[in-house]
Amino acid sequence: MPSDGFPGEAAELAASDLACRRGERLVFAGLSCRLAAGGALVVTGPNGAGKSSLLRLLASLLRPAAGTLSWGGAAVWEDVAEYRARLHYLGHLDAIKPALSPRETLRFWAALRGGVPSTARTDAALAAFGLAAIADWPCRWLSAGQRRRLALCRLLAAPAPLWLIDEPTTGLDRDGVERLERVVAAHRAAGGRVVAATHQPLDLPDAAGLALDDFRPRAGAAPADFA
Amino acid sequence: MAGLAGLFRRDLRLALRQGGDVGLVLGFFVLAVVLFPFGVGPEPEVLRRIGTGVIWVAALLAALLSLERLFQADYDDGSLELMALSTMPLELLVLAKAAAHWVTTGLPLALASPFLAVFLDLEPRAIAILVLSLVIGTPALSLIGAVAAALTLGARRAGVLLPLIVLPLYVPTLVFGAGAVEAGVAGPGARAHLLILGALSLASAPLAPLATAAALRQALD
Repeated sequence: MPSDGFPGEAAELAASDLACRRGERLVFAGLSCRLAAGGALVVTGPNGAGKSSLLRLLASLLRPAAGTLSWGGAAVWEDVAEYRARLHYLGHLDAIKPALSPRETLRFWAALRGGVPSTARTDAALAAFGLAAIADWPCRWLSAGQRRRLALCRLLAAPAPLWLIDEPTTGLDRDGVERLERVVAAHRAAGGRVVAATHQPLDLPDAAGLALDDFRPRAGAAPADFA
Repeated sequence: MAGLAGLFRRDLRLALRQGGDVGLVLGFFVLAVVLFPFGVGPEPEVLRRIGTGVIWVAALLAALLSLERLFQADYDDGSLELMALSTMPLELLVLAKAAAHWVTTGLPLALASPFLAVFLDLEPRAIAILVLSLVIGTPALSLIGAVAAALTLGARRAGVLLPLIVLPLYVPTLVFGAGAVEAGVAGPGARAHLLILGALSLASAPLAPLATAAALRQALD
């Protein structure tokens, strides 16, 4: 299990007064939150509340309609490349090619995050989610749960202090969820931080909650802080 | 650099393992060329006259076939999103993908062309220039095609829209590609045509990825 810390990454991720617009619809507005090193934020809300949009916003895949996003006081959109190097985004799609093996998939994504992919790191990532035995199968043989595990392995294959994970437990069995909880705990212990959007109960100790229902656009929606 | 080489290798690996893509492009190329003698008659004179044009047009259409897949698969399975978030500039990633596309389409087409040229009764000198013009010119097809593939990403009926956008842009490459053989056999020599063809490829190498990356960002938003 990689457990190297993230020196110099004690800076705070802060969102203030964020608003998100998808097409004509204002999804949420006036959303503020903070996330310090070692912290976790669990985003909840009914379908359509904007959980995925919030994560895409935090991942810099979407630009906020209003408000600012900053890392250590520096606005993210001023130097978005530097911010992107700090984060892992795991969306609904697994980004897995049926013709490649899990090992090849991980090495490819690790290389794309910069640096030469290390075999030890890739093996450790596969082992952490129990995929070591099938590391050289073609991914087309994997079940939905195994594909999800492989997508989660990407988090470990290259280090990044901020993990943005959208419904990470979809398709995972009990063992998979427990492994994810252990990996997230180790990541946080090393100074990493996690934002997870989920419906399933995920055991993240001392995680702050963010209920998106509170930020439905309406007059006078007050921004709130989450430590 | 490891990331770019990795992306290039991944695309080659995918093309080879899925096999179908390269085979499909070559099969289409051969069939399209073979149809012409049936259409215009088997007189060697006629075939020799139209041979280079036929091969160039067929190569162009064959390259077009595989363009739709260039970004679509990565878009559908979320890979493109992650590439946009990677530490590499999207422009360089596009260049790596276009290079892999050329190795799996343009290069095989150029290598297959001498056999078809013999079939159309081209003389050895014409065949040599034809292969050279295809090797020099097809990178431009992959690069310009990438722009159109990115523009039509996520569009309904992208398969129909793509040729409409890309075929007019292929005209200069076609003119100088097919013209090179003509000039080399009967005219003042192929040098000028081949140089212009090379210039088209070289100019597209930095310009097309810029436009492609901009279009991809639009598609991902």
